[in-house]
Amino acid sequence: MKREIVLLPRTGKFAENKDTARDIRQREILPMLAQGREIIIDFDGIEATTQSFIHALISEAIRIEGIAVLDRMFFKNCNSMVKGIIKIVVEYMQR
Amino acid sequence: MKLHFPNSAFLGNIDTFIRSIDTTNPAELTVSANKHWMSLHPVVLCMAYALALQTQRQHGAITCEPLEATNKHYLQRMGLLHELHAETGELHTHEASGRFIPLTQINDSDHLGEFITDMIPLLHSSPEQVEPVKYVVSELVRNVFEHADSPIGGVVCAQFFKKTNRVSIGVVDYGIGIQTSLQQSHNVDTDAEALRLALTPGITGLTSNLGGTESNAGAGLFFIKSIAKVNRDFFLIYSGTAMFKLLKTPQSQTVKLHANPLQDRHSIVENLPFWPGTVVGIDLTMDQTQKFDVLLELIREVYRLDVREHKKERLKQPRFI
Repeated sequence: MKREIVLLPRTGKFAENKDTARDIRQREILPMLAQGREIIIDFDGIEATTQSFIHALISEAIRIEGIAVLDRMFFKNCNSMVKGIIKIVVEYMQR
Repeated sequence: MKLHFPNSAFLGNIDTFIRSIDTTNPAELTVSANKHWMSLHPVVLCMAYALALQTQRQHGAITCEPLEATNKHYLQRMGLLHELHAETGELHTHEASGRFIPLTQINDSDHLGEFITDMIPLLHSSPEQVEPVKYVVSELVRNVFEHADSPIGGVVCAQFFKKTNRVSIGVVDYGIGIQTSLQQSHNVDTDAEALRLALTPGITGLTSNLGGTESNAGAGLFFIKSIAKVNRDFFLIYSGTAMFKLLKTPQSQTVKLHANPLQDRHSIVENLPFWPGTVVGIDLTMDQTQKFDVLLELIREVYRLDVREHKKERLKQPRFI
């Protein structure tokens, strides 16, 4: 079963707080992926974010689990700005 | 320490102002100003505010010559006069037209979040116009928290200039500076070299690994420089004794982003008065503000090229649902 992580209540409309990103990464994303589970990160209501926030949120998951983790990590309800930043971070993690 | 507010100091002509600063003798700050008019970029106000805060920390003396300039109320409106203990005589304060963010000292992550939320209405601009302003402030102030070890935190202010339809932003700290920060993980001999590295994506003082750590990609300043570049605006960063200035890209030229800042149209000035921390100033012309999506696509191109130099196979893409 996919586990859904809803960001808006924790980040607000502008997701920029890297401390929050770290908490979500350490407490939810990494443990669930380590258990082999699939996760959905829901950006519903997020109007904007920063490269630093997205990097802090997902880069360690890609580093630890490998790029194939993208088959188990899904990004939901992203607007074009959020999508753009996620694409940049994901591609850069493949260097 | 000495500081003189000139008749004009914006990013294009700020070099003279910076050369005139004296940051020796932190126990005393003397401030003077042009007697007729002061047209100042917010980054100049941030620097003055930072020096005042630092002097207060040292229990030093702040002496400000009586201000005579016609627009001295501007400094009051931005929140500087109180910190400078300035004598102004009678102030004819104009109705604040809004559209400015007064000098604010930010010391922690929660305060930054509140500040960003509160500053949005002050600019009276559309969400699309405010988006890059929020982005720039967030990334620059978080840099202060993560890298600067600044005893005064970060100092921020911004101003909308109606005539030129431009938002100018300053973010300043009085911490360890970029060279010292990068030297924790890299061999960096000069302040100018430190600025070049800091503006290169993938380099951070937290690790010698290209690409950064789990919490820091080393790409923040590159993104911010790119925002200015795409908008054909100025961007300035000054730390230690060196300053890098991204010059405006003429309308006749196509904007192209570079991972190496030395490939940008720029100036580097060395042997400036020593500023222990970091000073960043940026202009964002509102009617030229490209949609963030366009900017991100250009940045992505730079990253993709950089990645492809290291890796030949097709890149795996995130899945959006």
